[in-house]
Amino acid sequence: MNVTELPIEDLCAAVRERELRAAQVAEAFLDAARRREAELHSFLRLEPEEVLADARRVDSVIASGEDPGPLAGLPVAVKDVIVTRGVPTTCGSRILEDYRPPYDATVVQRLKEAGAVVFGKTNCDEFAMGSSTENSAYGPTRNPWDASRVPGGSSGGSAACVAAGQAPIALGTDTGGSIRQPAAFCGVVGFKPTYGRVSRYGLVAFASSLDQIGPLARNVREAALLTRVIAGHDPRDSTSSRQPVENWLDRLDRDLDGLRVGVPKEWTGEGLDPEVRGAVEKASARLEALGCRLEEVSLPSSRYAIATYYIIAPAEASSNLARYDGVRYGPRREGEDLESMYLRTRSEGFGPEVKRRIMLGTYALSAGYYDAYFVKAAKVRRLVLQDFQRVFGTVDLLLGPTTPTPPFRLGEKTADPLAMYLSDVFTVTANLAGLPALSLPAGATEGGLPLGVQLVAPHFREGRLLQAAHGLEQELGS
Amino acid sequence: MGGKIGTEEVQRVAELARLEFTGEELERFTGEFAAILDFFEQLKEPDTSAAEPLFHALSDAEETPFREDEPGGSLEREEALSQAPSTDGEHFKVPKVIE
Repeated sequence: MNVTELPIEDLCAAVRERELRAAQVAEAFLDAARRREAELHSFLRLEPEEVLADARRVDSVIASGEDPGPLAGLPVAVKDVIVTRGVPTTCGSRILEDYRPPYDATVVQRLKEAGAVVFGKTNCDEFAMGSSTENSAYGPTRNPWDASRVPGGSSGGSAACVAAGQAPIALGTDTGGSIRQPAAFCGVVGFKPTYGRVSRYGLVAFASSLDQIGPLARNVREAALLTRVIAGHDPRDSTSSRQPVENWLDRLDRDLDGLRVGVPKEWTGEGLDPEVRGAVEKASARLEALGCRLEEVSLPSSRYAIATYYIIAPAEASSNLARYDGVRYGPRREGEDLESMYLRTRSEGFGPEVKRRIMLGTYALSAGYYDAYFVKAAKVRRLVLQDFQRVFGTVDLLLGPTTPTPPFRLGEKTADPLAMYLSDVFTVTANLAGLPALSLPAGATEGGLPLGVQLVAPHFREGRLLQAAHGLEQELGS
Repeated sequence: MGGKIGTEEVQRVAELARLEFTGEELERFTGEFAAILDFFEQLKEPDTSAAEPLFHALSDAEETPFREDEPGGSLEREEALSQAPSTDGEHFKVPKVIE
């Protein structure tokens, strides 16, 4: 039995039935992680002793005859923007070097209560700001399919470690595509639930009205399984929803006959890589074969989504990142007075992209520009949402590409911030509108690079989204 | 929206953001800034005269959930201070603020 290839449900059942010890599972994945880590750099921290200590705790719960929970012994890699009690959480930034949070994020707490084991902290763009993981202050992660290429970002470490078999599943965060884009680039499933579906308590804030936690997984079923554990209202996050969480797994195998799927024409127009377009066409054909009714729809305001997003997200970030001032956490650079201490601490602690976004956001919120930029962007955001509300009156789901191109090379876009921003063109709309969206693998390029397609559903229709993604996955895999 | 942005304007924003740049960095930032602001010009196109600003995507669908005001646990002082670069054991310490 190869432990690292067992489906998660079988793995956890084997741990519960004492056929496997959680510590054995952790050892197997630690071995697998070591084999690729020097090449990939998926992890910012993976301390065998920390992982094994957690695993042994699960084993002792089982030995005492108590219920260890549905995810007994499951190693879960956690993106380093999610706080873990006592375990350094850097956000890929020098300004949080050696920061050891005094508490667990709600998602981490729920995973632990379900018997899961935190399997290290994964690399990411600094404060999740980036689309390639090249903005990590601790060096980039590489794509497991081709180490000269980026894994995507910002959850690049989480996507790479799952794709490379270093971990069975990982948590990522998605503010403008940071789960779905790296999932597409690494050939795994990436799922961003509805805004508010999963508590953000303990997620280090980037853009609070857009941020959402979700899984990067080997398949749709495992993504659904993990999300069910972390989803649901949390009194510590006032934006977390009270909508009940259904058992999405029960409906995964239902047929898709009669489902109406819209393909936005703005997502398949010029500029789209021909092989990515081919993947969308293949996915459309497979959905039709499953009995879905495909039709072209239009989201006219989505052409403004990147500009809208790159005003709103930096504006929120500039406010959220004001807290890094060298007083309560992180390293301090002394100055002759308080003001110069702030300036030195922040200027030495933040990397170039984070500074760029703080600057953009500060500008967009500053006197004289607030209405022209921030309020205007918020109005266009309304138009983006209204487009979706209109099309979801006639279709159940949307299908499109996740990214405009296959994975690009390291260094290819680092000199041009705008070119990097445009790699989020198909993903940011779901964040602006708060919709659940999922990227799943849809074949490979001629050169052997992964391709992904994206499904988007109305608010809180995760069940429908996962069901369609699961059906499509079975068809594309066969 | 504003015209071409210059280094003086970027320097003013840097002061608001509590960031400082070398002259060279400031030049580079100003160029990137100008390109990004040019890109934002497209937001003049859509007619938003009837659009209410949307600051939170589910603000129409979801009511703000209130909870009972019940006292609960919080971080111990020691834990809250544990990550600070400078404390006196009871408070965060900062450089002198008042002369």
